[in-house]
Amino acid sequence: MPMTAEDIERLIVQALPDAKVKITDLRGDGDHYAAHIESAAFAGKPLVQQHRMVYDALAVPGTAPLHALSITTVVANQA
Amino acid sequence: MVDPLVAERIHADINANDVVLYMKGTPVFPQCGFSAKAVNILNMLGVKFKGVDILADPSLRQGIKDFSDWPTIPQLYIKGEFVGGCDIMRDMLQSGELQKTLAAKGVAFEASSRVG
Repeated sequence: MPMTAEDIERLIVQALPDAKVKITDLRGDGDHYAAHIESAAFAGKPLVQQHRMVYDALAVPGTAPLHALSITTVVANQA
Repeated sequence: MVDPLVAERIHADINANDVVLYMKGTPVFPQCGFSAKAVNILNMLGVKFKGVDILADPSLRQGIKDFSDWPTIPQLYIKGEFVGGCDIMRDMLQSGELQKTLAAKGVAFEASSRVG
């Protein structure tokens, strides 16, 4: 089963509860997505680590890996 | 675990070349949009780099992911250090951080390059 945009969003929010997530299905084929993620958890972390946090959130055993996911991470302003 | 022979080859490549891009296809004929984008960014900056086609070698295809602890291709190394994938290259180009990193590591590039 390929991941839906809802699956991706749910997994990311599970790992980063404060995250504001916007998923775009780039080709409408359920296989190429862009994820825009805003979270305070990214604060002070290098980009590589921010993207690893997203990859880790999506690396769930039993789910098929995404063919293509473009990631943009944004550090949310902490209140 | 990375196969020691594969790890040795990666070490040799990233130590012998200032900039290495692990990619699908070659710099002239990228086989994937993300790899093509990464090549474009390096070309735009006039950076000399070695492209390694991971499609040509199944052991490297998985090996580089384990080696970098990074699940996707392309992967950029500068002076032996993992920098990131194509999204990170894009973000770093736009923020100027990629140019700063190249300069700090003494890698030649065209400083006048600007992205609109």
